[in-house]
Amino acid sequence: VFAIVRDPIDPQKLERVVGSGSGGVVTFLGIVRQTAGDGRPVTGLFYEAFDAMAIREFERIAGEARDRFGDVTLAIVHRVGELRVGEISVAVLAAAAHRAAAFDACRYAIDELKSRAAIWKQERYADGDAAWISVQTR
Amino acid sequence: MTIRVLAFARLREILGTPEAPLELPAGASVGDAWDALTRRRRDLEAERSSTRAARNGAIVAFDAPLSDGDEVAFLPPVGGG
Repeated sequence: VFAIVRDPIDPQKLERVVGSGSGGVVTFLGIVRQTAGDGRPVTGLFYEAFDAMAIREFERIAGEARDRFGDVTLAIVHRVGELRVGEISVAVLAAAAHRAAAFDACRYAIDELKSRAAIWKQERYADGDAAWISVQTR
Repeated sequence: MTIRVLAFARLREILGTPEAPLELPAGASVGDAWDALTRRRRDLEAERSSTRAARNGAIVAFDAPLSDGDEVAFLPPVGGG
């Protein structure tokens, strides 16, 4: 499952889809924090994506994870639009016969996604200000 | 020829639209498309060094040639997750 979605992400549903028949599933959920990297209070985040390119990058990352860690099934789902504090922005699930490959693949996929996928994030601050945040500005 | 320009995040804000048609002379490159946009919106100039371009969904250099009907996306630095 590789997708850009506009509605809330349901991780349990993804676990059922990805995990069935495997020995274990590792799930990473990105959640909108209350404060920005610089400590400023945030009311929420706005995400946008170039859907087609982002999904192709998810698929590429999953292929690399399989090359590195063996037989792993990945799901990568990122939400776009306006998100409030506490909502899930991204879910990365890795299912494998044994836990080591699942942990490694999950970690690899979320790290690569952040720096490679065509997705953009804007922090919206309590004082009404807003700023685009990239891997470089972090 | 006419191409379709897509812009995201900060570039979309500066351009004032997520998507626009752009008329270019035959033989124009991705960089020519960028320059045409910069003439409309001078603020784009400062974004050039951090911007990547994708032609029909694949990353290309700014000297890549364009054909009629191409889709060119200008991408600021990404940061999902």
